Amino acid sequence: MISVPELSLVVLVGVSGSGKSTFARRHFKPTQVISSDFCRGLVADDENDQAATPAAFDLLHHIVGVRLARGLFTVVDATNVQYAARKSLIDLARRHDVLADAIVLDVPEEVAIERNAARPDRDFGPGVVIRQRKDLRRSLAKIANDGFRRVHVLRGLEEIEAATITYEKAWSDKTELTGPFDIIGDVHGCRSELETLLRELGWEGLRHPEGRTAVFVGDLVDRGPDTPGVLRLVMDMVEAGTAICVSGNHEQKLVRALNGRKVKVAHGLQESLDQLAAQPPEFVERARAFMDGLLSHYRLDGGRLVVAHAGLKEEYHGRASGRVRSFALYGDTTGETDEYGLPVRYPWADEYRGRAMVVYGHTPTTRPEWVNNTICLDTGVVFGGHLTALRYPERQLVQVPAEKVWYEPVKPLAEAGGRDPGMLDINDVIGTRHVETRFGSRVKIMEQNAAAALEVMSRFAVDPRWLVYLPPTMAPPETSRLDGYLEHPHEAFEEFAAAGVREVVCEEKHMGSRAVAVLCRTPEVAAARFGVDDGSTGALYTRTGRPFFADTAPLVERLREACAPLWAELGSDWVVLDCELLPWSAKAGELIRSQYASVGAAARASLPEAVAALEAAAGRGLGVSELIDRTRRRSQNAALFRDAYARYCWPVDGLEGIRVAPFQILACEGRATALEPHAWHLSTLALLDSPLITQTRHVFVTLDSPESRAAATAWWESMTADGGEGMVVKPASHVPGRVQPGVKVRGREYLRIIYGPDYTESLDVLRRRFLGKKRSLALREYVLGLEALSRLADGEAGWRVHEPVFAVLALESEPVDPRL
Amino acid sequence: MLLTITTTARPATDLGFLLHKHPERVQEFSQSFGTATVFYPEAGEERCTAALMLEVDPIALVRSRGKGSPDFSLSQYVNDRPYAASSLLAVALADVFRTARAGRCKARPELPGTPLPLELRLPALPCRGGPELARRLFEPLGWEVDARPVPLDEGFPEWGESRYVGLTLRGDVRLSDALNHLYVLLPVLDDGKHYWVAPDEVDKLIRAGEGWLGGHPERGLITRRYLGRRWALARTALARLAELGDETEEELEPAVEEDAPADVTAADEAAAAEAEAAAETATDAAAEATAEATAEATAEAAEAAAQEQATGSRSEPESDPEPESDPEPESDPESERSQVKAKSKSLSALRREAILAKLEELGAVSVIDLGCGQGELVGALLSRPRFAKVGGMDVSPMALTIAARKLRLERMPDAKRARLTLFQGALTYTDKRLSGYDAAVLMEVIEHVDPPRLDALERVVFGRAKPRHVLVTTPNIEYNVRYEFLTGLRHPDHRFEWTRAEFAGWATRVAARYGYQVAFAPVGDDDPEVGPPTQMGVFTRDQRS
Repeated sequence: MISVPELSLVVLVGVSGSGKSTFARRHFKPTQVISSDFCRGLVADDENDQAATPAAFDLLHHIVGVRLARGLFTVVDATNVQYAARKSLIDLARRHDVLADAIVLDVPEEVAIERNAARPDRDFGPGVVIRQRKDLRRSLAKIANDGFRRVHVLRGLEEIEAATITYEKAWSDKTELTGPFDIIGDVHGCRSELETLLRELGWEGLRHPEGRTAVFVGDLVDRGPDTPGVLRLVMDMVEAGTAICVSGNHEQKLVRALNGRKVKVAHGLQESLDQLAAQPPEFVERARAFMDGLLSHYRLDGGRLVVAHAGLKEEYHGRASGRVRSFALYGDTTGETDEYGLPVRYPWADEYRGRAMVVYGHTPTTRPEWVNNTICLDTGVVFGGHLTALRYPERQLVQVPAEKVWYEPVKPLAEAGGRDPGMLDINDVIGTRHVETRFGSRVKIMEQNAAAALEVMSRFAVDPRWLVYLPPTMAPPETSRLDGYLEHPHEAFEEFAAAGVREVVCEEKHMGSRAVAVLCRTPEVAAARFGVDDGSTGALYTRTGRPFFADTAPLVERLREACAPLWAELGSDWVVLDCELLPWSAKAGELIRSQYASVGAAARASLPEAVAALEAAAGRGLGVSELIDRTRRRSQNAALFRDAYARYCWPVDGLEGIRVAPFQILACEGRATALEPHAWHLSTLALLDSPLITQTRHVFVTLDSPESRAAATAWWESMTADGGEGMVVKPASHVPGRVQPGVKVRGREYLRIIYGPDYTESLDVLRRRFLGKKRSLALREYVLGLEALSRLADGEAGWRVHEPVFAVLALESEPVDPRL
Repeated sequence: MLLTITTTARPATDLGFLLHKHPERVQEFSQSFGTATVFYPEAGEERCTAALMLEVDPIALVRSRGKGSPDFSLSQYVNDRPYAASSLLAVALADVFRTARAGRCKARPELPGTPLPLELRLPALPCRGGPELARRLFEPLGWEVDARPVPLDEGFPEWGESRYVGLTLRGDVRLSDALNHLYVLLPVLDDGKHYWVAPDEVDKLIRAGEGWLGGHPERGLITRRYLGRRWALARTALARLAELGDETEEELEPAVEEDAPADVTAADEAAAAEAEAAAETATDAAAEATAEATAEATAEAAEAAAQEQATGSRSEPESDPEPESDPEPESDPESERSQVKAKSKSLSALRREAILAKLEELGAVSVIDLGCGQGELVGALLSRPRFAKVGGMDVSPMALTIAARKLRLERMPDAKRARLTLFQGALTYTDKRLSGYDAAVLMEVIEHVDPPRLDALERVVFGRAKPRHVLVTTPNIEYNVRYEFLTGLRHPDHRFEWTRAEFAGWATRVAARYGYQVAFAPVGDDDPEVGPPTQMGVFTRDQRS
């Protein structure tokens, strides 16, 4: 029976003809076995071309390396009878922090020679086998020192035949433990505070009535007043099966001191040694053995939680090597020392992008802070700070204060906020990406779209910490066949009815500029929840993430005041709102003047002169009557066009005249409220009573009622007859799946702004428009938006929120008919 | 859109012969973008008026647009082409009055050579540069110019005037000349040709400008604008104009280089920059208002950025009297000599030299140019073997494409290519690829970053990439008073420009926070009163950190 680690590199050793490939075939999956013959074939079209051997091994090492990096169990099928060959594979395993085992197949020489002779593709003589066997014999004497975790030697055909393979879990693998857990930060001999904290957490003696498990992040010992008391309690809990514990660097050093090794007595080690000296020797031995046996990290709860004393980067989760252990105990350092002579720690957590939550201690800070789904629980209780526990999976922090300053710190505790959870990495956004969403689909982002978005995002967008959402594009309904119309409510109602939607809401389109408002009750909330500590309390940005106006702070301020009723109503100190900012001219003034008004000006300057010239020609009897009619009609269209844009322009003086029409509450603490029914949004937003706020007129429509449909259609017609933009039709409640979250039905006059003054003259041509791409984009962007809001509401790391938001912008760089 | 041509020559109806269009008929001419109609509102002995009316089908216009069309308003669906006298009218005019424009008239062979009392009327002429520019362009050609601005919208008087003028030209001019004047100057005033300029545009310009363009005081501006401001073509055309004989069929130079123009006056630059700014503003606004147009906005932002890069020298309101054919001239060993030489160099070249000199002085072997644009500095670094490893990063894919082309990446020898890494990135995202260089250069970059985002840039460059040296250059706003035609900042995309004190304050704070020492150096003419046009900060990391 051969036992190998679940994640390891298994190196088969044996002469040509010893039956390695047969053995591998019997015991392992074909994809797990990488053979040198196979690689030689790939690089030479001939499995026996010895000249290709160096290239074949390059390839073999590459494949094995990629598999190990991806955490895959791998078997190497090559003779490996020479030390150098085995050494290079052991090094490869170490580079990927996995263990290596060897399985030696030791068959009699004549068996190997006979087997080779029977194979027509192995036309080398017995000399090769004899030479290899000589190498193997030499190797067997000292293979135990090669650096394998274990060497399994199978002697003779019978042993080989009888062998079975079993797998050992990694020591760090406690994925079967699902908690709930109370994870406790560095205790450092503060027994009394630990007892208080456990009581606070609801523990009764060594057990929690709800069956919770305590997890200690290490550094139980040193500095504090009662290291033996802490050890006793923790050992009892571990023995009772109600706690697990990882080693801290202080346990590590204390064990070495107790083992009689020469260590520098500093950093509170003396206190532990003195306190233990007063204990009976049996206790000291029990403590020594306990600490000596502690592992450096655990994976818990199906791999969703990782606990290590100094944290652990993702590549090291579940791995085993000296440097993994060193990272877990001491953390990552830059190799430099600070002005206190202490090692400068590398901010690995800033770069952490793993899905597992990593909980650790080691670095005392004033308060625990989430950084990319990692958290440090060392709040320096021994230095007079707090002892902190994290309830998992609740993500709730419980703290008790130190009873006194037990030990003077060498340097002041790190200020929380010194790290930057808002820092984004280029690898969060570039390249072809697949963004996972919890709404049933994975959205692919093409590399070139990401590249375009990167430029727009980094040159023009607001601070990404505020940029928690970008609204999706919205498609129109199928093109209307009604005379004179391009869009009409009928098609929208039909579309949703066909999708099985019973009720829709029709909301007036305000025709301003789309705006997303992020509002915090106080600057402190902004700092705590969004990591923005410049005193600002929110942001207001456009649908491409650009700020409205040079300084939006005064408007944010006023909007925050206007939205004050929401704090109590939502039970949240912050809120994200989807709005329309009015008038259109406030933001789009330059566009209106340079494009719309210009077109109007040119039309109204030239068409009347054209009419006059044509009339003069007609007066001379020339046949221009058709041209006159057409030109007069165009002249009227130009006037209608001018009225269509002018209705959305009014003078704005500073903030006077600006209005905001919020129509959806996107998210607040703990809730992605975008998923709530529209009736809730509209009624909650109706609480806002301020001259700044414009309410959104709306009607609910029961789709199987013709009267209800007719009423809404009449409402739309009255709104749009004099140029109103139109309405948005949305399912009254969130519908999962491939149903549009809303379609816009724009008014006939308004569409002159989109399709040009004379569009009504060429409706038949314009009806041939293609909506498929727009509708597909709308769905994908909608899902991404919801995902961003859900991640935000769940308190996920900044980069996790940024990822889908960035993806929306990337999708928006897809070319699509801009008139849709 | 409408053009009327009136003459009071007697008999005025000779106009019909000259135009080859019968005064008693209404004639239609199909164009790719619509229909041109010629008719005569009046046709008397004393006064005869021909009208050319062009009906543009905006939908057909959009559908026929080719890729890479530089005229962004064409890609918009709501545009002024159906109403304004733009390059489309010029094209229609050239087609409909082809014979007249060539100065041929079989029926009255003596007529084309004779100046006639003419009145041309364009009710809505797009005119970037205003009525003043219309006068500057037409008056030297013998026209009496009546150019009246058209108000944008009577309902919003505060919006002021539109970019159109109602133009009336009166003068004794040969009809063929009059038509050629319009053919060339309509697109020039519009400043946006409707199709991408092809090399044969140079020939077209030379043919249409024969006899009048060579001596026109504004020929530089006319040529550049007509050719869509493609510098290389403009320069070729200018050179050829200067030696203009009758041979117009010469082989055209393959124009690929995009160096700065040879002789550009500051006023031209100001006008060009202004037009550029207007286009950019409009683009930005478009992105905001037409929600669904973001796709284009993104593309246009990229284009705008590339243009900005492509026309980097234009961001400085200075002329570059001596374009460098070799982007990297031999460096001068003596500073006095380079001072003397500096007088004749563009600021961007001076900046590049200052940075190269500083990098050599610091002994940097590996250098990354953050915000490398079209790769001028990268090219200069590569041409010096002492820089063993050269990085170039920019946020604009368009700029990187141009850089790759200008550096001839595809044809670069392996040894040189191996020294270079060129990639897209943004300075507000941490990026491992930025690490491992002795020096990083931020040449005219920080002023393109919103002040609240500078913090992120500092962390990325000084906190994470942590090169031993960081060279930062940025405009010194105090020097702006020395630019005669400058209003506001030096470039529309500049988010700020700093005084020397502001720059020093920022640099000192950053240096203190991230463990660097910083020294300052002037770039360009160090004015005793307002300092140099460009200021440079040289950061060096403390040994211990």
